[in-house]
Amino acid sequence: MEFEPVIGLEVHAQLLTNTKIFCGCSTRFGEAPNSNTCPICSGMPGVLPVLNKKVVEYTIKMGLATSCHINNINTWARKNYFYPDLPKGYQITQFAEPIAEHGYVDVEINGNKKRIGITRIHIEEDAGKSIHDENQPASYIDLNRAGVPLIEIVSEPDIRSAEEGVGYLRRLHEILVYLGICDGNMEEGSFRCDANISLRPKGQEKFGIRAELKNMNSFRHVHRALEYEIKRQQYILESGGHVVQETRLWDEAQGVTHPMRGKEEAHDYRYFPDPDLVAVHLSDEWIEEIRKTLPELPLAKRERFVAEFDIPLYDAQVLTASRALADYYEEIARKSGKPKIASNWVMGDVLGHLKEDRLEIDESPVSAHSLVSMIGLIEDGTISGKIAKEVFEEMWNTGKEPGTIVEEKGLVQITDTSAIEQAVDDVLATNPTQVNEYRQGKEKLFGFFVGQVMKVTKGKANPKLVNDLLKKKLSEG
Amino acid sequence: MELSTLTIHELQRMLREGETTSVAITESVFKRIEAVEDKVHSYITLTEDLAFQQAEQADRNMQSGRGGPLTGIPIALKDIVCTEGTRTTCGSHILENFIPPYDSTVVRKFREAGAVFPGKTNMDEFAMGSSTETSYFGITRNPWDLSKIPGGSSGGSASAVAADECIAAIGSDTGGSIRQPAALCGVVGMKPTYGRVSRYGLIAFASSLDQIGPFSKDVEDCAIMMNAIAGYDPKDSTSVPAEVPDYTRFLSKGIEDWTVGVPKEYFIEGIDPEVLDAVKRAMQVVEDAGAKIIEISLPHSEYCVAVYYVIAPSEASSNLARYDGVRYGFRSREGRDLMEMYKMSRSAGFGDEVKRRIMIGTHSLSSGYYDAYYKKASQVRALLRRDFDEAFRQCDAIIAPVTPTPAFGIGEKMDDPLQMYLCDIFTISCNLAGIPGISVPCGYTKSGLPVGVQFLTGHFEEGKLLQIAAAYERHAEIERRRPEI
Amino acid sequence: MKLSREDVEHVAHLARLNFREEEKEKFTLQLNDILVYMDILNKVDTAGVEPMTHAITLNNAFRDDEVLNSVGVEKILTNAPDRMGGCFRVPKVIE
Repeated sequence: MEFEPVIGLEVHAQLLTNTKIFCGCSTRFGEAPNSNTCPICSGMPGVLPVLNKKVVEYTIKMGLATSCHINNINTWARKNYFYPDLPKGYQITQFAEPIAEHGYVDVEINGNKKRIGITRIHIEEDAGKSIHDENQPASYIDLNRAGVPLIEIVSEPDIRSAEEGVGYLRRLHEILVYLGICDGNMEEGSFRCDANISLRPKGQEKFGIRAELKNMNSFRHVHRALEYEIKRQQYILESGGHVVQETRLWDEAQGVTHPMRGKEEAHDYRYFPDPDLVAVHLSDEWIEEIRKTLPELPLAKRERFVAEFDIPLYDAQVLTASRALADYYEEIARKSGKPKIASNWVMGDVLGHLKEDRLEIDESPVSAHSLVSMIGLIEDGTISGKIAKEVFEEMWNTGKEPGTIVEEKGLVQITDTSAIEQAVDDVLATNPTQVNEYRQGKEKLFGFFVGQVMKVTKGKANPKLVNDLLKKKLSEG
Repeated sequence: MELSTLTIHELQRMLREGETTSVAITESVFKRIEAVEDKVHSYITLTEDLAFQQAEQADRNMQSGRGGPLTGIPIALKDIVCTEGTRTTCGSHILENFIPPYDSTVVRKFREAGAVFPGKTNMDEFAMGSSTETSYFGITRNPWDLSKIPGGSSGGSASAVAADECIAAIGSDTGGSIRQPAALCGVVGMKPTYGRVSRYGLIAFASSLDQIGPFSKDVEDCAIMMNAIAGYDPKDSTSVPAEVPDYTRFLSKGIEDWTVGVPKEYFIEGIDPEVLDAVKRAMQVVEDAGAKIIEISLPHSEYCVAVYYVIAPSEASSNLARYDGVRYGFRSREGRDLMEMYKMSRSAGFGDEVKRRIMIGTHSLSSGYYDAYYKKASQVRALLRRDFDEAFRQCDAIIAPVTPTPAFGIGEKMDDPLQMYLCDIFTISCNLAGIPGISVPCGYTKSGLPVGVQFLTGHFEEGKLLQIAAAYERHAEIERRRPEI
Repeated sequence: MKLSREDVEHVAHLARLNFREEEKEKFTLQLNDILVYMDILNKVDTAGVEPMTHAITLNNAFRDDEVLNSVGVEKILTNAPDRMGGCFRVPKVIE
């Protein structure tokens, strides 16, 4: 029997606000334990939460960017459970009335577009961190993360393979980072994912019994974990067994999922409306105002680059990997008027150097403006493409403008026909054997002559002129 | 005349005119505390050193002309409002040694106003009770009869004002916890509109019902206290960003041409005849003062106790989850693992009434029962509120009893929680609807126990509420007795 | 009986409370008394009534995203029953 996986993903994304969701404590990562805490986020008696407005605005952005319906009224609930890193004994979250619902993102898998539904996006607060001591029967509680704003993005069970799952995650990740509302750092936990996965015989409507997967800290983990889990469940079903509904942890080192240790308590979270927080009323005007601030999203940008700049889809994908890179490229493409040349430079030299030096695009020593100037120098024949490489190298190392470098190093291309003619004559004169062979039909030698001329002119000769002159002179003989 | 027996406005005049000093007032208050505290037990924690420091500072401020209406006045604080550097127990073993690292907004306002803090007053544990008998720190006795309860949960604040162990006090009212002990101790007590006074730093019992309010010796002092504590607080999302009038301006206005409603559902069987008499006399006084008395109906009144005892424990079960022995408060050392630590700390740290309410609340919210209890009660609550909206279309204010009986004997209702809950029958609906209410002394029983009358007005009509309370107080000419302790 | 002894034990566990055997008996009786009293609510027709979750209707209470100085680790830890290295210390979760 053929089985079909049914996967739904729950993503928790930490919002890039300066302060926590309900108090003025900083959200900075990596501070000394409990240094970013106050009576409110440490759950002291008597304290009250006050909502950070930016959290609402950021979440609306995400809702709009994923084509969700934004609910005009949304309310707050308490999710009650005991855990030492949950200071109040409840988590403030949205339950009955989340901020955004019924959205989707489009994912491309092997060239095919697939739409994956988003059930809801809601806001909630993060818990603190428990550090377990291996040597003592004790745990240590750090509340720096308690109260950091999160959004939970719940997908519809529309995902049918590990590739689709990862494709969906990458798309969400890309949008969050593009919007500037999440740093997307999976290692620090700014972007976390849990999966619900079950198998059903192909063609069957009803879902099978699902397992919940946790502890996947990279796209690669998610991919491997989903693949493993699909195989595991398939094996069980094919051998006539039953999948157990449980939570399983991905073990990256062994490449397997394990059931979470111990007996899972049947949770009863006793959700109820939080009396300390008032409803958020979002006027249509407010939502529209936020919509106006939305940047062009990666998918739209990609399609526009292909259409407008006539570059291949692959190039557009690379160039829109981040908003900063896309902006960088677009500025060069527009100002130089040579989008294809611009894309070659950005994808080749710029990205190569960035990778080598481990820099981000906004740290590039070569500004978009400088690259435009350099392309200008090539276009007007001041320098050759070959010299341009040298100039770029210098620009990267010194941050100087290309014009300055060309001038300082005397790299201006020789476009004086008589000077080149002289060089061509010299080369032909010093290599009679090769000239003969060429004339007898060994046309491959043409490149050799070009090389020799360039060598003599220190690469400054205009290549087109060199070609023309060489062809002329060689055929004259 | 002992200074401790005077009112805020009397002492303020004397301070302004240089007839006395805050230090002298504070000395008088502590002399009185020394004389009667053993018998009454109004306080959990006395802060004498702090009080004298504040008094000295107040005197310096008065001398340099920087005094306000509360400068130098000893105000007792219910031990439910957080005071930075002074332990705040909420009447519970679980917070016995808790020293807050911050001030509640009301406390900050009092400090800024130059008030003097003699101490933190006794209360039912986590404000859960109507008699102050559930306090971990022992019972408080009614100054008028030491064998009787002072009411609750703010019993210590009420008895401290009644026994002149302070000039005025702060309490909190979730279902009657200010008005009921005020009535039983013969002082004025007011619960403002929900949202009028910041709850920041008020240890939560039931967040949608809790409200801080004053205890005072007369209505004028109540208005002065309200001026000090009312107002929007950006730290409390449920506080209302609205202008606060000067409440003392309403005191002399009178109630001619007012219509005052008497809810027929409040005159039920079981109400003590002496209480009924006193309230009926109060109605007559109101009429004599120029108001028209009409009968009104609050048809859902009979459900208010049930609604309250679902909603308040539900919220409490969640509010009290933070007392887990992790970050502050009592921790049992016997637990071998986390689960045992939780259960043993909470079971030893909370008293029976608190545990009972946590159990009711947890059950009411739990899977399969939410709709039948919490949701149903919240719907009936909406109907109760509609009753009041309807009533205030017909009348300016409502007059009603505060309690069905005068102060009852210590221990009398401790074994029957339901009977204890029914003590709140006339005060609860005000919290459920969110409206303001005030209890004003209206006489004494034959055995000399005070009786209170309650006035209610619409949301944010504290001005009108003080207006009718002051008019009543002026016309009633209740003889001003002092308890003999 | 609205609540059996087992129900009481379950609720107590959810609330992280322990009761001694004789307490369980007493609490079961008292809680049942109270819950029976609550049945009075079933007399009210609440069809279509929006539950009232707040005493007054307010909305949109926000704060700006501005960092306030932290009160300092010491103030947060000062009431801790057990602490170490700037952290609260608790017994381990036994699974």
